[in-house]
Amino acid sequence: MANTTKVQRKLLRFIENTIVYGILILIAIIVILPVVWIVLSSFQQGTSLYSSTFIPKKLTLVHYKELFTKTDFPIWYMNTLKIAFFNMIIGVIVTTLTAYTFSRYRFRGRKEMMIGMLILQMFPSFLSMTAIFVLLTKLQLVDSHWGLIIVYAAGQIPYNAWLVKGYFEGIPKSLDEAARVDGAGHLTIFWKIIMPLARPILVLIALTNFTGPWFDFIFPKLILRSRFKKTLAVGIFEWVQGRADNNFTLFAAGSLLVAIPILILFVFLQKNIVEGLSQGATKG
Amino acid sequence: MKRKQLTTIFSIVVMGGGHFVNKFFLKGLFFFFIGLTFIYNLPGILQNTAGLISLGDTPQTVKGFDIIQGDHSILMMFDGVISVILFIFYALVYFYSIKDARRIAEQIEKGETILRGKDYLIHFYEENFPKIMLTPAILGTIFFTALPILITIMIAFTNYSAPNHLPPKSLVDWVGFQNFINIIKLKSWAGTFGRLAGWTVIWAVATTFLNYAGGLVLALLTAKKGIKFKGFWRSIFVLPYAVPAFISLLVFRLMFSGVGPVNNMLASFGLEKIPFFTDPLLAKIMVILINTWAGAPYFMILISGSLTNISSSLYEAAEIDGATRYEQFRHITLPLLLFQTAPVLILSFAYNFNNFGAIYLLTDGNPVNSSLKYAGETDILVTWLYKLTLDHQQYGMAGVISIILFAFIASISLYNFTRSKSFKEEDMI
Repeated sequence: MANTTKVQRKLLRFIENTIVYGILILIAIIVILPVVWIVLSSFQQGTSLYSSTFIPKKLTLVHYKELFTKTDFPIWYMNTLKIAFFNMIIGVIVTTLTAYTFSRYRFRGRKEMMIGMLILQMFPSFLSMTAIFVLLTKLQLVDSHWGLIIVYAAGQIPYNAWLVKGYFEGIPKSLDEAARVDGAGHLTIFWKIIMPLARPILVLIALTNFTGPWFDFIFPKLILRSRFKKTLAVGIFEWVQGRADNNFTLFAAGSLLVAIPILILFVFLQKNIVEGLSQGATKG
Repeated sequence: MKRKQLTTIFSIVVMGGGHFVNKFFLKGLFFFFIGLTFIYNLPGILQNTAGLISLGDTPQTVKGFDIIQGDHSILMMFDGVISVILFIFYALVYFYSIKDARRIAEQIEKGETILRGKDYLIHFYEENFPKIMLTPAILGTIFFTALPILITIMIAFTNYSAPNHLPPKSLVDWVGFQNFINIIKLKSWAGTFGRLAGWTVIWAVATTFLNYAGGLVLALLTAKKGIKFKGFWRSIFVLPYAVPAFISLLVFRLMFSGVGPVNNMLASFGLEKIPFFTDPLLAKIMVILINTWAGAPYFMILISGSLTNISSSLYEAAEIDGATRYEQFRHITLPLLLFQTAPVLILSFAYNFNNFGAIYLLTDGNPVNSSLKYAGETDILVTWLYKLTLDHQQYGMAGVISIILFAFIASISLYNFTRSKSFKEEDMI
């Protein structure tokens, strides 16, 4: 009796696991298929979407060569890299200092400021893009990369400061109090105690600030006017939006060259991202 | 006369005056200098504030072949707001200088030692450290987030729009609540707004629900007992999260387009092409499904983390009580997960509500519907707003929609916040 139930249970578990594996494989195919298609397409001969099939008949590297010799792609790449880099540096410094202050100090107006930030973070900055454009016109920062960097770096403060503060709350306050007793100053505590312990969230913020400019096309389209100032997202989007059919393979190759570095960053930093996300978001 | 009264009077008459009375010359000079810049800027401040009220009265004119520039209403509005901010700044410094001088006088009267020079600066830094650290963030947020929002709100009360009210060619006027009335009463606007608002809510609810459900399924499957290579499965499923949405959405747009490979494949099997993005209903279903592809992995990460936090003793106890696995899921896993992830869930709803890229990159808001004003079938409110602003220059109306979106989103997030843990634990906020 006991034996049969054991066998039955084993059989049941086997069937169940087989079904689960089946579902897992199915989902994996759905997840991977578009990725594989675009990778293969970038090696496909010809330029048009119309003749594109899932499996190209003949492979070629010509589109990658074209990207660097016949298009503005390298210029866009450098522009984007520059904007992303400075946005990351400025963004991380301002955000962490803000979060540190809100997390560790009690001062007049703190609560009001925090509620203000909470409300502002919900307002996507492109809702007020007309006004931002007027502001940049005033500051003579239209068609300038720095205008874009400032808009990005300032716009991310409310949301990211909130996220980082959530993470900082998880670092025991007794640590800074002990350091304070030992005579450490405000900034020393910040650099020597908080920052090393906050690595995951710092990585997350740096990464999101770095990757943001690669994919945003709203602000570059609004702010950057001249051909050689364009960023990758705008350039690539225009390939698809305009005469999509004819630039399809260029789009595929360009997309890969954008996605792969980012993907590698993600893979390397995966642990930090997961930790930063779960701790910052749930403790906010 | 008493030192304190004298100080007050001098401070009121001349900025920094009170400091001179008490022989704090450097500080006095500092305030005096700020006072000078105020006097220098005052005519401009007054003129700009007047401009804010009138929004200009000389339109651009053409004489022969020359264009004579008139008033640029929107820049005037902008200058006006900046001037008001500047005025408030001066007022704050003015009152602070009086307060500071009185404090010094008071301390002298009491015979207390007063910090000067370097000691004062150190004390000031220690005392005001939080505010000094927040200055970049506050300035950035005021000028690049709050000020644009304010201007946007103000634009909602003007007739700033194509074709007749576009500076520098023509003037813009304050119109009060006219735009708000139009969006409720004027048939073409009200009809479009109503339909788009309805679809936006459906879209936001459906994507949030499916993303969460999808993430939950992925998390549960990859955490299931007896499944091997858990890490391998997870790293495959996390792929859509790592591939930039910008690119993956464009890839889907091409993949399912009329001449794309999916339709080519159907055609090669002798089947009819499917109008994935051109049939109104199908297009809506497609954008929701594709966004599940892109959005579920985020929740898988989040839920996988939360699952490991649920104590295994709960399940052991349930097993002893004879609970089936479904009952365990229904009464232990799900409630605890929902409790932990509720804030993120609500934030995600708010995010999807304004998820511009998800719609714009896939369909541009198309297919077209001629009964909708400046909008297509899959347009949500934000993409409509974008079109109104960039393509059709209906800035006034766009301002109204911004305000509505803002009010809606802000109330959701405030509700979310007030019931969150950090709000209730007073010290955390």
